[in-house]
Parts: sequence; C-alpha cells; structure tokens
Amino acid sequence: MKYIDEFRDGAVARTLSAKIAAQLQPARHYSFMEFCGGHTHAISRYGLSDLLPSNLRMVHGPGCPVCVLPIGRIDMAIGLALDHGVILCTYADTLRVPASGGLSLMKARARGGDVRMVYATQDALHIARSNPGREVVFFAIGFETTTPATALAVLTAQREGLTNFSVLCCHVLTPPAMQQILASPELQSGGVQIDGFVGPAHVSTVIGSEPYQVFARQFHKPVVIAGFEPLDVLQAVWMLVRQVNDGRAEVENEFSRAVEPQGNHKAQACMAEVFALRDSFEWRGLGVLAHSALKIRETYAALDAERRFQLEYQPVPDHKACECAAVLRGVRRPQDCAIFGNVCTPDNPVGSCMVSSEGACAAHYSYGRHQEGVA
Amino acid sequence: MCLAMPVKVIQIGLGPAGDAALVDLGGVQKEISLALLDGIEVGDYVILHAGYALSRLDPEEAQRTLEAFSDLGCAP
Repeated sequence: MKYIDEFRDGAVARTLSAKIAAQLQPARHYSFMEFCGGHTHAISRYGLSDLLPSNLRMVHGPGCPVCVLPIGRIDMAIGLALDHGVILCTYADTLRVPASGGLSLMKARARGGDVRMVYATQDALHIARSNPGREVVFFAIGFETTTPATALAVLTAQREGLTNFSVLCCHVLTPPAMQQILASPELQSGGVQIDGFVGPAHVSTVIGSEPYQVFARQFHKPVVIAGFEPLDVLQAVWMLVRQVNDGRAEVENEFSRAVEPQGNHKAQACMAEVFALRDSFEWRGLGVLAHSALKIRETYAALDAERRFQLEYQPVPDHKACECAAVLRGVRRPQDCAIFGNVCTPDNPVGSCMVSSEGACAAHYSYGRHQEGVA
Repeated sequence: MCLAMPVKVIQIGLGPAGDAALVDLGGVQKEISLALLDGIEVGDYVILHAGYALSRLDPEEAQRTLEAFSDLGCAP
C-alpha cells in the first residue's frame, strides 16, 4: 500500500537504528516522550525499543483521548443511555472502558441501553435522521484530530434542522497536556527526564507545527513531529538526538508529507465556530487543567447534550489498584503496575490504558511483554 | 483512535453537497468527506480519519522524507 509499505521497510529501519546509535554520546542518557498513543502503539508493534540503544529511552505520554477521559465522563454517557433513553452513538474505543457501578457502555447496552458504535459522525447524523422520534447523542471524544468532524456534525445538524441530535463534547487539546507534563512534579524533581517530544502526527495535520513553538522557545525542549510509520518514528528520534547534542531546541517536522506549519485552516475555522474553551476540565493523570478542553458555544446550545439534558459532571476516582494516572504521565511503565497482566488484561480491563488500542498498557500487553527477560 | 490511513481518491463530487469522495485503500473502497480540504483531485492521496480527509499527502515531500532516511547528516 502506497505511503505505508515504503515507510515500514525493515532494511531501512536497521540503517536508521545504526544512524541513531552513531549519533549518541556514549556517557549520556537520552529520554524522549512520544506524546501520542498512536506512536506508543507503533513503537510497541514494530519493536522499535529493540532498535534503540540502551541509553535512549522512550517515555509514553498521555496522548490517548480514551485513556485521559475520566470515569465521570463515561458515567455521563451511560446515564444518557440508561436514564434518558437516548440513542448514544460512540466511537468503538470507549465501549469497554470501566466506569462507575461496574458498568461500561458495552454493559449498559446489555442492560437495555441503546448504545451504538459508529465509525464517523456522518453515521450518527444518519441515525438521527432515521429516528426522528428519538433523541440521538454523539459522544464526542478525541484530541484535535477528531474535533473538526464533530464541529461539522454540529453545523450540519443545525443547517438541516435536526432537532433530535446533540453532542456530549469531551474534546481535549494537545499543547496544554504537553505543558502539564513539563510542569509535573516528577519532572521538576528529576524523577522523570524528558529531553524532547515526538510530536503527534495527525493532530499536527490539523493544528500545524506553530503551537509547539512554546515548548522550544520557553521550555527549551525540542519537538519533532513524526508520522506514524516505524521509519518516521526512528527518523524523528534521530532528529531529536541531533538537537540535543547540538544544544538546540526547535520544532522540526519529519511528517512534512502531510503536515504544514499553519495546519488545516478549514478545520481550524470549523472548530473555532462551534467550540469555546472550557475554564477547566479534569483529565485522568494530569488533574484539573485550565483551558485544556472544549465546550459547545452558546450559539449552538440546543446541540449541547450537557445543557439539553442538564448533566453535571461528577468526578469519580479510578480503581485503587489502577496505575493509569502514573502511566499517562510517564512516571510508571505498564509493567510496573501491580495488576498489569494478571488482573488487568485486554479481556478484563481495570483501567482505560488497557482498553484503548492506543493505551500504553494495551500496547505493552500485545507486543511488549514477550520481550521481557530477552537480552 | 488516531489511526488514520493514507487513501487514494478515485472519485470526487459525490454526496448531496458534492464534498464527498470515493477512496481506495488496498482494494477496499469507502465514501468519505472532503469537507475539510480544498482542491483535491482524483489520484491524490489523503489522510483519512473517522470519515474525514484531514490533509493531502504531498508526493514530493514523501519522496524527500524517504531520501532523508539514508541521509547521515554529515554536513560538509
């Protein structure tokens, strides 16, 4: 498949691996955070950690929107299905996340809640058009990659006069989360080392490379935006090593075939039209962050499920044994969690990081744990 | 969630607003929205995510990136 296969070439991967090794200063330790869950997944799936020298470590970041969504938000979606009798449309990733009362969206469906998996917002709109007598709510999660699609759904519903459609908006933003990682106590105290970031691929097609400048200029951390294929990630790591060695902190774009500095103007315009910044929003792992998430603007209040159904967010703590919060901040690895792989597995997940295909725990369970103990 | 795919545009101008397209990924065809992009032509590759094309893949940049993989960065 074009634009995929050539970026997965094994021989080139070994060349890149040698290239990185040649650049490393032997006495130095390098530590880079791959922010995005898609990169965590790629690193695990293609065994990239095996191709990196032992003094270079990849730290998993919180860029998995399902993983950072707190239980309280899933509870709101479940409540809409079970208590308000709506048709609750959701992307597949959220279905098995454990929430309050031993429930998940999947289990709510088993109890009679009308929970439907959709691939795209267009499907949710179609359901609304086909069921004029029912309330239809789209559970909108995701970073900036999925936000434009939700914005278009709101605009389309308003234009068509779809009065039975609304959106439960849980969209979150990438730069504030990256900033919070850098402000974390563990980083300040030296418990965790982050020398730079591998920047998200598809978020960057939307927001461009400009929003990461603050990390280079103010925090003196290099950022290299990378595509999702294994060769992209290796090349980006090499570019980060070079920056660190040179003492530079710049925003570089390895994913130049799809990301432009200014991003996607149309997508940004749609998002600005429909959404405003929430004053604060609770994230799993990062706490309550200011101006880090989106809500639907007053103009489109009729399409805002929170207002329509008078929903109030109730914070709910994670399961006591679940270490997702620490894993999301990069301060613990999945295998450090006491319940990883024994109680908490993809079949029986306790926390969100094991459920989502981009979660660090799911990635390590599927691809990484077989490597433990192998020299 | 963030898994988006590069897909080839094989038909444009579809759908009631004319902003839908038929794309092909390894033989599987799907109708998707081009509402977030301008100037996409048949034969272009786009990044598809959850029903929407987010970005057009630049073939020259792709080639440059592939060449950069073997660049050891030993500037004179």
